[in-house]
Amino acid sequence: MEKLVTFKGWLLPLALVFPQIVISAVFFFYPAGQAVWQSLFIPDPFGLSTKFVGLGNFEFLLTDEFYRASFLTSAVFSLLVTLVSMVPALFLAVMADRLIKGAGVYRTLLIWPYAVAPAVAGVLWLFMFNTRVGVVSWYLGQLGYDWNHVLNEAEAMGLVVVASGWGRVSYNFLFFFAALQAVPRSVIEAAAIDGASFWRRFFTIVLPLLSPTTFFLLVVNIVYAFFETFGVIHTITGGGPQQATTILVYKVFADGFVGQDLGSSAAQSVILLLLVGALTVVQFKFVEKRVHY
Amino acid sequence: MAESSHEPVPGMVEKRGRALWLTHALMIGGVLIVFFPIWLAFVASTVTQPEIVSPPMPLLPGGHFIENYTKALLSGVNVPVYTMLFNSLIMALGIAIGKIIISLLSAFAIVYFRFPGRIAFFWLIFITLMLPVEVRIVPTYEVIAGFGMLNSYGGLIFPLIASATATFLFRQFFMTIPDELAEAARVDGAGPMRFFIDIILPMSRTNIAALFVILFIYGWNQYLWPLLITTDVEMNTIVMGIKQMFPSGDDTADWPVIMATSILAMIPPVIIVISMQKLFIRGLVDSEK
Repeated sequence: MEKLVTFKGWLLPLALVFPQIVISAVFFFYPAGQAVWQSLFIPDPFGLSTKFVGLGNFEFLLTDEFYRASFLTSAVFSLLVTLVSMVPALFLAVMADRLIKGAGVYRTLLIWPYAVAPAVAGVLWLFMFNTRVGVVSWYLGQLGYDWNHVLNEAEAMGLVVVASGWGRVSYNFLFFFAALQAVPRSVIEAAAIDGASFWRRFFTIVLPLLSPTTFFLLVVNIVYAFFETFGVIHTITGGGPQQATTILVYKVFADGFVGQDLGSSAAQSVILLLLVGALTVVQFKFVEKRVHY
Repeated sequence: MAESSHEPVPGMVEKRGRALWLTHALMIGGVLIVFFPIWLAFVASTVTQPEIVSPPMPLLPGGHFIENYTKALLSGVNVPVYTMLFNSLIMALGIAIGKIIISLLSAFAIVYFRFPGRIAFFWLIFITLMLPVEVRIVPTYEVIAGFGMLNSYGGLIFPLIASATATFLFRQFFMTIPDELAEAARVDGAGPMRFFIDIILPMSRTNIAALFVILFIYGWNQYLWPLLITTDVEMNTIVMGIKQMFPSGDDTADWPVIMATSILAMIPPVIIVISMQKLFIRGLVDSEK
């Protein structure tokens, strides 16, 4: 799509795009290029010189059991976060959609967690499940369950999943609710007159009509779980116990800044770059389809 | 809605009577569960440390609200919280305003001009959509360090506005503005900047506001980037500063102050989201499409 009416001249438009070009070049393209470049080298332990190793860093990563484990951890983590945030959101949206009055009030209340930063959400959930002072862990203890996410890997994973998914419930709720409101009432009523029960209507009519929204949210939530949950992990577990909650983005940070292994960290960045690229393509392909839907 | 004139069949689709109350009960239950972490943080910010460290802590607010919040705001743990709030405000405003300005300008240039390199530029900014700062942290950190921008507002802001999401949104919107307006402006002898200021900007008001809400929250809630580049506690932002308030050794954390800080950290974004709810939802739906 192009505008038919345009203004003349090229000095002014270049001046207008100049700020964005400079900022993108300095803070985006140069660092991204550096990441690709550094991924081909190994610095010596004193940081005095670097040795060209070609794809050596990648070769090492793909055979490294810790990196593979981190890949698996990320996959499990993002699937669980997606599930934990989408199912309750859909349920709440369906309930809110049944209401004639008051849905707006619930929506206002349910938006709150979206505004809470992942890192702050991490602190709130850490407080609830803290092994010494946590309220939830204390009551679990009364019930005979000894909660300790500092030592137990599954519990650590569960906690970071719930803390990461919590704010996303708001987000998913907003999209599901908007999509439900757009489902034509006449279709639902026709089915109701034919005697279809609520749940039957839901599974045969509403859910298929929601599928574009559901698919969109799936992709967006996976991207979120992969790239925006660093704050949750850093505040709650720091990647532990052992490496049970070290997702890929956390490992880039841990290897690059804590471990000072710049070559490996850069190679990991490049792998993530390819991953985001693939997810973005999926997302755009889907958006294109949705336009024709 | 097209169907609004159509009367629903009572009791068949929208619930009445007992089913209605059940739906309300389920919604209230859901809201309570979703709200519980925030409620608990608020309660913890109004009680004393001994009440928290001897579990179970109370579930209703205590009487130490003013004391805890005063302590957090004026002395904090490493640095007074008001300093961190101020830093967060500058960062969030800088990101939101900076990104909106550069995006408005470049989107205007792409849509209303034919200039050399236009297509290449379009693709260059398209690529920036794909790469979050988390992925390129080490080299970006080196760039900022090289410029001597560690512990500065510029260092906090610039790397986070280097992405083209907003440019895309404005481009989409400008494409929907009728050509007649630009034509009329040209006939009247108005230059492009006059057209931009008198026509485009006023027409973009709602889009700008919606984007501002989204970007402010995005900026306010940043964690990893400020964590890396603000080594000086005076430059800490509140979202990353909370974690720094936990003692590293075996000391017990000062929970009432930490929880008061957590509440303070969420108030600005929550107020913006709630008070600009319609714009916020619109911005959210637009920016993800």
